[in-house]
Parts: sequence; C-alpha cells; structure tokens
Amino acid sequence: MATKSKRGLIKLDAELCKGCYLCKSVCPLNLISISDRLNQKGYHPAIYIEDDIGIKEHKCKGCALCAIVCPDIAIEVYRE
Amino acid sequence: MKKVFGKPKSLKDAVFHYCPGCGHSIIHRLVAEIIDELNIEEKVIGVPPAGCAVLAYDYFDIDIGESPHGRGAAVATGLKRALPDRIVFTYQGDGDIAAIGTAETIHAANRGENITVIFVNNGVYGMTGGQMAPTTIIGQISTTTPGGRNEKRDGAPIDLSEMLALTDGTVYIERTAVDTPKNIIRTKKAIKKAFRVQMAGLGFSLVEVLSPCPTNLKLSPVQANEWIGSTMTNYFPLKVIKDKVGKLGASPHLE
Ligand code: SF4
Ligand code: SF4
Ligand code: SF4
Repeated sequence: MATKSKRGLIKLDAELCKGCYLCKSVCPLNLISISDRLNQKGYHPAIYIEDDIGIKEHKCKGCALCAIVCPDIAIEVYRE
Repeated sequence: MKKVFGKPKSLKDAVFHYCPGCGHSIIHRLVAEIIDELNIEEKVIGVPPAGCAVLAYDYFDIDIGESPHGRGAAVATGLKRALPDRIVFTYQGDGDIAAIGTAETIHAANRGENITVIFVNNGVYGMTGGQMAPTTIIGQISTTTPGGRNEKRDGAPIDLSEMLALTDGTVYIERTAVDTPKNIIRTKKAIKKAFRVQMAGLGFSLVEVLSPCPTNLKLSPVQANEWIGSTMTNYFPLKVIKDKVGKLGASPHLE
C-alpha cells in the first residue's frame, strides 16, 4: 500500500543567516539557494526556493537536515 | 503544519557571535536541546572556557560559573562538591583543555569527579587568531607553524581523550564530530549519555567533539567540514574511547 510521503516546509530567517551555505550543501532536494541581496549583517543569505509556492506543490519533506547543520538556528522546520 | 524543529528553550534570544559555519554554534544548540529534553534547565550549571566560547553565558539560559583559562574541571569540581544535586558540565576548547588546563583536567578525571566535560577540538587556537594548538595535526598550517606543523620541531598532536581514558576515574569518553548531519546526531546522543552518566552518579564523563573553525583553517564552512572528515579524523578517529557504564556494578576498575 502506498502511503503518501509527507510534505514539509522551512522558514529561513534571512537576518539570522550568516551565509555559510551548509544548509544548501545538505538539502537532498536542492531547495536552498543563495540570495542576490545582502542582509543587515552583510551576508548573502540562503533562501528557500519554495517560499512562494503553495504547499501542495512542495517538494520539501521536512527532513530537517538543513536545520540540523545550520549553526545559527536560522531555520525552522514544519511538517504535515 | 506542525513545527518539528526550532530554537531550544534553554537558549536565550541572543544571536551567536561565532563566525559563519562555526561548530560552537551547533554544539551550543545540541547542549541546549539536551537540557530541554532532560528537563534540567533549573538544575544544570555550565562552566565555559577562555576562548571563542567565553561568552557562552550570553546564550544559555542556565546557571553559569565562568572559569579561568583551562581550569574548567577544577571549577566544576568545586561546584559539584558544593552542590551535588546539580548537573555540572564544562565546555572547553582544545587550547583551553589540552594545553593551559591539562593538569586540572587530568587530576579531575583521575579523581573521578562526577562531572561532564564537553571538549571542543577544532585543532587551533581560535579566538587569538589561529596559532598552533596541542591538537593541530601534522602538516597543518597555523600562524605559528606557517610551513605546517612539524613533528620533530613541534611535537605530535596530543590525544587527550585517550590519555584520560587511562585514568581509573573516567567512566565514559567518546569522540564525535559535527561535520555532517549524521555526526551531529551522534554527538547529541553522546553528550546526552554523558549527562545521564553524571545524573546517575557514575563518575567522570567526557565527549570530545571535532568542530570546524573555518576562519582559522582559511576554508569555506563546507570545505572545513570536509577537512574534518577527510583529514582531522585520521589523527582523531571518531569512536567510543571508553565505556565502563554497563559494567560498573561488577568491577568498577576494570574495562
Ligand atoms: S527540510 Fe529537508 S527537504 Fe526541506 S529544505 Fe530542508 S533539507 Fe531540504
Ligand atoms: S546553514 Fe543557516 S546560517 Fe548557514 S547559510 Fe544556511 S540558513 Fe544561513
Ligand atoms: S575563530 Fe573559529 S572557533 Fe572562533 S568563532 Fe570563529 S570559526 Fe568559531
């Protein structure tokens, strides 16, 4: 029986981000990229590319790998 | 949607001053998560070092007893003996614990003080600008070994955890790393076990955590983590170095 895998999302606080990109390096679905703009600290923050997409379209599984490696606790993870 | 990951409550709102990609931030979070999970926020006392983590009191919402450089284990000994119902841990870097405070550390371990030591090994003096530490590996470039650490001239890296394992007083010593998600989860398990060893009154526990210092390694955070996995672990292999916990009842002084 196929169970539908759960969907998730992350909230990435660009102002807490220090641009280490460890989150980007571990996301298995490549859902994190780098912003063109600078945050107040002067870093190009990481951005979550599904921010503006409806939850039904999310590829994010809420696996939390990105949050586990984020030194600055800039990422919160939510799951269905 | 259910929140499954966020900031632990025993951390204050303060923003970490650590550099981008610094392992201290991750280890702080793990310790705070463990304090939350064990529900010991009111009972735990942290003893931060001199070094990059000197400002740990700004981040942890717990009681803190600041220590002179390297003397964390001695300060923790006093705190634990005066307040035996508290859970006392030190948080020390490699320069702090393996050079400046070696004597205090070894004797506290040998006495079997019922404390927990979190030993953050990043292979370099971080705060003072990247000088060679006792744990700097052979060939590693630092500001005081610009041509790389040379064993004949500078000595070989010290494996403090293995040394401490030789003393009768230590019951649980493990070496982990925070270079990958899997190793971060292992590190949390190890530190949690170390706290539990203390809470059960079993004796001296220590977790050595290999931790990236991208700034002084002059690597990107991603590269610094790769360096830990590919190079640093050749000198400091990740493993349980000593675990007497299961056998304590039968013969406390035998492995
Ligand atoms: S929770 Fe997992 S899938 Fe979602 S962005 Fe983070 S690493 Fe990627
Ligand atoms: S891991 Fe955290 S601090 Fe580093 S880039 Fe990602 S969100 Fe920013
Ligand atoms: S100097 Fe190294 S150990 Fe210190 S905060 Fe920066 S990265 Fe972390």
